Amino acid sequence: MLTQAVAHEHHHGPPPGLMRWVLTTNHKDIGTLYLVFSLVMFLTGGCMALVIRAELFQPGLQLVQPEFFNQMTTMHGLIMVFGAVMPAFVGLANWMIPMMVGAPDMALPRMNNWSFWILPFAFAMMLATLFMEGGAPNFGWTFYAPLSTTYAPPSVTFFIFAVHMMGISSIMGAINIIATILNLRAPGMTMMKLPLFAWTWLITAFLLIAVMPVLAGVVTMMLMDIHFGTSFFNAAGGGDPVLFQHIFWFFGHPEVYIMILPAFGIISHIIPTFARKRLFGYPSMVYATASIAFLSFIVWAHHMFTVGMPLAGELFFMFSTMLIAVPTGVKVFNWVATMYRGSMTFETPMLFALAFVVLFTIGGFSGLMLAIAPVDFQYHDTYFVVAHFHYVLVPGAIFSIMAATYYWLPKWTGNYYNEYLGKWHFWLSFVGVNITFFPMHFIGLAGMPRRIPDYALQFADFNMVASIGAFLFGLSQLLFVYNIIQCVRGGYGADSRVWEGAEGLEWTLPSPAPYHSFTTPPDLREQGGEH
Amino acid sequence: MRLSTAAFLVAGVCISQGAAAEWQLNLAPGATEISRSIYDLHMLIFYICVAIGVVVFGIMLWSIVHHRKSKGAQAAHFHENTLVEIIWTLIPFAILIAMALPASKTLIEMYDKRDGEVTIQITGYQWKWRYQYLNEDIDFFSSLSTPRAQINNEEDKGEHYLLEVDNPLVIPTGTKVRFLLTANDVIHSWWVPALAVKKDAIPGFINEAWAEVSDPGTYRGQCAELCGKDHGFMPIVVEALPADQYQQWLADAKAAKAADAAAADQELSLEQLMSRGEAVYNSQCAACHQANGSGIPGAFPALAGSPLIVDNRAAHLDIVINGKPGTAMQAFGKQLNAVDLAAVITYERNAWGNDLGDSVQPREIKALQP
Repeated sequence: MLTQAVAHEHHHGPPPGLMRWVLTTNHKDIGTLYLVFSLVMFLTGGCMALVIRAELFQPGLQLVQPEFFNQMTTMHGLIMVFGAVMPAFVGLANWMIPMMVGAPDMALPRMNNWSFWILPFAFAMMLATLFMEGGAPNFGWTFYAPLSTTYAPPSVTFFIFAVHMMGISSIMGAINIIATILNLRAPGMTMMKLPLFAWTWLITAFLLIAVMPVLAGVVTMMLMDIHFGTSFFNAAGGGDPVLFQHIFWFFGHPEVYIMILPAFGIISHIIPTFARKRLFGYPSMVYATASIAFLSFIVWAHHMFTVGMPLAGELFFMFSTMLIAVPTGVKVFNWVATMYRGSMTFETPMLFALAFVVLFTIGGFSGLMLAIAPVDFQYHDTYFVVAHFHYVLVPGAIFSIMAATYYWLPKWTGNYYNEYLGKWHFWLSFVGVNITFFPMHFIGLAGMPRRIPDYALQFADFNMVASIGAFLFGLSQLLFVYNIIQCVRGGYGADSRVWEGAEGLEWTLPSPAPYHSFTTPPDLREQGGEH
Repeated sequence: MRLSTAAFLVAGVCISQGAAAEWQLNLAPGATEISRSIYDLHMLIFYICVAIGVVVFGIMLWSIVHHRKSKGAQAAHFHENTLVEIIWTLIPFAILIAMALPASKTLIEMYDKRDGEVTIQITGYQWKWRYQYLNEDIDFFSSLSTPRAQINNEEDKGEHYLLEVDNPLVIPTGTKVRFLLTANDVIHSWWVPALAVKKDAIPGFINEAWAEVSDPGTYRGQCAELCGKDHGFMPIVVEALPADQYQQWLADAKAAKAADAAAADQELSLEQLMSRGEAVYNSQCAACHQANGSGIPGAFPALAGSPLIVDNRAAHLDIVINGKPGTAMQAFGKQLNAVDLAAVITYERNAWGNDLGDSVQPREIKALQP
């Protein structure tokens, strides 16, 4: 009934031409812009990762010099975090949240346009630093002072401005998502019926609003130190280099969850769909997400166990960090319980979701090991940490984005993607990711520090393996790009439900979804407890 | 054999690495009591994680194998069970407490900061370490000794490639050695895995760490905090010697220092200064200003044809001796002795076409040194 009602709406499409994309205030157009931008950044940051892995293929300096290597590690991190993962989640939110809550569009469409269009300029400026005298930022994506202030290349000022613009974009995106979820829900959609992707994004948006100003503050302090003679972080002027790390990680740790909470939401949609069984423990999923978000504010100094904190500080941050394992564990158990006694099929989104559960949990285990402060003295700043955060970010955040793309592509385009290619993409990525990042646990434990362009001979073998895996993983992403392009161009048509087990308002709209989602809100007041 | 990918991989690795190939998978237990209890803790947490993984992934795999549509599985309808949720909140909590107890115990042992018998101040510089033995009047720099040719693949790499230094830190075994860590420029981190010591060296701060090494031997480590261009090239080598040999080493080091001081009063020829200057330049200056004096545009100025060197002798002496605050240019007046300084300045004034023809004598430097 609902589908028919929408189909009979007067359908006015977008204006043609390039200006459609510049001027658009439509949530689907902006979502597409975000997703395409994120894909471009993912491939750019990925090329930088391949430069890093190519240099590390063998001991000795072969391809690049140390100063350029440091620029690559820095830019790879910044681009992947701020350019690939975060915009991808904002793009997915733009596309899906109005459809999930039964709204016509985002609550603040003009601001939505602006928050996207800031990003290409911010990243153009950041990438431009590669061509400046003295080179791009070379102090790591965590940009610890005073390496990033007194000792930084002149391009650091451009980096600071770019970070400010990204922050403004993220804050506006977050405000929009909060306004949409709180104000534009369909009648009868109470908060505890909200789809989990919307719930996790709502919490993520509050995290963004809380910590992005902190990041803006810390880069502004850097700017003052560099150009206006202050000494926030300069010990010679009475400043405190450790203060930088406290402020940075007060932003940085919630930032880590900003990159994973929406992924939890996506996985909580995909597993029930392909297990054909309702998500186990919906309320506990919501509470667990909120607990993780709360804990993310009181664990930051576990990134700083070696800076020389007093014993009481070490113990506090060790215990609070270990606590995160509890709500995260609840989430994993709920997903497994959803699969248990389901009726599972294994289309590409499900394969990525299953890989997410296993590999993210492995990243969680190494996270738990890193939380143990005395042992962290051996792990800190080694490849063990690199393995850990790549396990939670690549087969974690990025696999969830790929799963979401395959899951919702038929809804977006009206066509099924090529399942055969999708499975190839999955298996090559799965194998590639593990060949790349699993050996990093070993070289880290064997004693290889991170962020070095050359290494001692005992680390050579596993580095070579990791580099081979990286090229496999990187090249297999071309399949992903090809598959998306083919799917947009045409293919086997999808009905509104798309997947046999799919539940939720977005599946009541036709495929492809109409330009304006719900012009009349669907009424859920008659229905039962289904969320 | 060649058909197997694994064999091909192993073969490729063997060709490139020869006998140095080593597939170390795990932490090493190390050479101190603390490092061994950290190792035990590491293994304990690891086994707990493996056990949890086996249970969780086991149930998941069981469901994937048995509860699939293609086998005719019908989906059950349960989706909530408060008791189960409480159980799988409390059990992990209990496991965490079981981990936290031994972890706290080890951490408290590591924070036992009572005085050591030997105290060494360690200062991180871009990109070398300085070791000052408090109350012993011993003070030296320790920097990478791997030749550039090995790094640039022009020579075969040695056994301790990138993990070897000119002057290792020497400490006695069976004695509590206390380290005071700080830095001169950016943040560094002093890490020797076998000692289980990793502590940041931060400008403006003094951090503490300690180790009591049980077995004599050579222990190698690296800077662990990104500190700029040559972060990967500032290794740490610790020689742990039995007490009597350590005393002998102390006596020898003091004698060598006295001999150096005597040499500073001699007049040296241009040739002597040039040849010594080239060696000092290559170990102290070439990392930034490059072996051919060309620098790196935008980051490190060129010395070949530099107006500062060519036109202003006093400014040249001043910048080498006192450094340039706020940049990577350090005050070498505190780091090198007068002979080395005279030699390296003379070298810079006469190499790469600068050809000024003048020499700088150690006496002149001594008058300017702080």
